Amino acid sequence: MRIPILKLNDCLLVSIQWELDDQTALQFQEDLLHKIHETSANGVVIDLTSIDFIDSFIAKVLGDVINMSKLMGAIVVITGIQPAVAITLIELGIGLDDVLTALDLEKGLEKLQQELGE
Amino acid sequence: MDIQSCVTIINEWDIVAARQLGRNVAKELGFGTVDQARITTAISELARNIYLYAGKGQICIDKLYDGGKAGLRINAVDSGPGIKEIRQVMEDGFSTSGGLGAGLPGVKRLMDEFEIDSSPGQGTQIKATKWLR
Repeated sequence: MRIPILKLNDCLLVSIQWELDDQTALQFQEDLLHKIHETSANGVVIDLTSIDFIDSFIAKVLGDVINMSKLMGAIVVITGIQPAVAITLIELGIGLDDVLTALDLEKGLEKLQQELGE
Repeated sequence: MDIQSCVTIINEWDIVAARQLGRNVAKELGFGTVDQARITTAISELARNIYLYAGKGQICIDKLYDGGKAGLRINAVDSGPGIKEIRQVMEDGFSTSGGLGAGLPGVKRLMDEFEIDSSPGQGTQIKATKWLR
């Protein structure tokens, strides 16, 4: 299954709604970069509200896609990280440093607009 | 009384199956959402180690009942190349696969008890337990 990527003005919206297997995660990485290229989006919000755990592999794929998007010129904000996910990520030793985050989709879009200076 | 169920790890899909099994057992035992996430993540890391380094192995989930307390034990077994320097793999940041290196020290932090038994050529067995508080 592929994760849908929606366009909203000059931003892309992604809501990850189900548990990610390795292939889906890697496919998403590629799909997002192509979509950024296709739409000339300046920013991306990836919402993780429905995700109840993140292991080191998924964290790496996410971290990588954020840096890849940055290389292309798009800013990524991660939103909706659940308490259990934040706790396990830090205990696991993964800080996802330098990643822009916000509590929810609404605040994420606000943050993105600020970053883009609009 | 201990009850066990297992998933054989051969491909990436088996990693998903192993963590689903673990999450279900954790729910049944009454673990809260944070401990469920800890257990699911620990299983995912151990299953991925088997897939990456050993190629094939097994993840078993045991329900433990010890006197008044209940717990969940992850038992990860493979007959892969084994680990030469256990002390080294238990250090944060050590990785031979180019991953994040969260691996085993991370799993140890997520769980309450952690035991590793490995020798080169003999495979690896890891037992990680979480007790219900």
